[in-house]
Amino acid sequence: MTETTSIERSLPSPFASGFRAALPLWLGVTPFGLVVGLLGPTVGLSGAATMSLSLFVFAGSAQFIALGLLGAGASYPLIVLTTLIVNLRHLLYGASLAPYLRAASGRGKAILSFFLADETYALAIAHCQRTEGAPSPLYFLGVGLSIYLDWALSTAIGLALGGLVPEPAALGLDFALPATFIALLVPKLEGRAPWAALAVAGAVVLVAGGLPGRLGILLAVIAGATAGWGAEKWRPSS
Amino acid sequence: MATFLLILGMAAVTFLTRYLFVALLGRWRLPAALERWLGHIPTAAFGAIIVEGTLAPQGRVRLDPANPYLWGALAAGLVAWRTENVLLTMAAGMGALWLARVVLGG
Repeated sequence: MTETTSIERSLPSPFASGFRAALPLWLGVTPFGLVVGLLGPTVGLSGAATMSLSLFVFAGSAQFIALGLLGAGASYPLIVLTTLIVNLRHLLYGASLAPYLRAASGRGKAILSFFLADETYALAIAHCQRTEGAPSPLYFLGVGLSIYLDWALSTAIGLALGGLVPEPAALGLDFALPATFIALLVPKLEGRAPWAALAVAGAVVLVAGGLPGRLGILLAVIAGATAGWGAEKWRPSS
Repeated sequence: MATFLLILGMAAVTFLTRYLFVALLGRWRLPAALERWLGHIPTAAFGAIIVEGTLAPQGRVRLDPANPYLWGALAAGLVAWRTENVLLTMAAGMGALWLARVVLGG
């Protein structure tokens, strides 16, 4: 260590190394933050509400799906319920990190849990597996705050950019959200199961789209996931 | 006020799913079948919103080639498949939609 910046010297080292380890992920996170900020106002959210979602919810997939549901005219209780279902995978993250967080205080566990997004989890579990049982909670905090800072900044920049566009629909911005979803979905389409999930979810939403409160979307999500799960289990008898 | 409740509700359920098993100290595990089912939720959710936005854009099912959203989705899907780049995918989808609207007059 010949050169350390003043920030590095003033911070506990595990925190700084967690913060730094997450910097390369900013490249992947920033475009989605920009889009969340850009699109919030196009589905009727104020700038403050768009920013609050990123600051208090801090969950990319759930925020995107909420924007999609708002654009589709879904009721608020349905959006919260769908957020819950989309975020159920976080239970897995918590379960797999819990053994490494025994040393943290009750409040520490709550704070770290708040930052437990997809990217944070990926880095945290890799760190746990490297350090063989003695990972520092401060490392998790560094990772979490790094991703959080980028998510907040990129949302704010997206909001500012969106403010420069007077007529979003004329530029095709009403299609930006479906296009973002396509970018998220296509890399997942490997093998039979995700195609089955997509086909069944799509068919159900077209048939049940007219149900009140946009309940059809939730039914489509549940039916699609069940189809993917079934396709994964099913083996053709040869 | 209602929007405040929406944000509060989303924040609460998100925090709850993150915190629950951390607080339970990893003593309980989810059944493997449930884990696999949960893994397919994002695909189904994104798929439902894409299909609806593309094939039933204004709440009416349109499977004909004069539907400009169909062309936007095809272009976006192709670019996503080739590049896996979110900004290029958005540009391709929005560009193709704009072009299809000009050509199809819709």
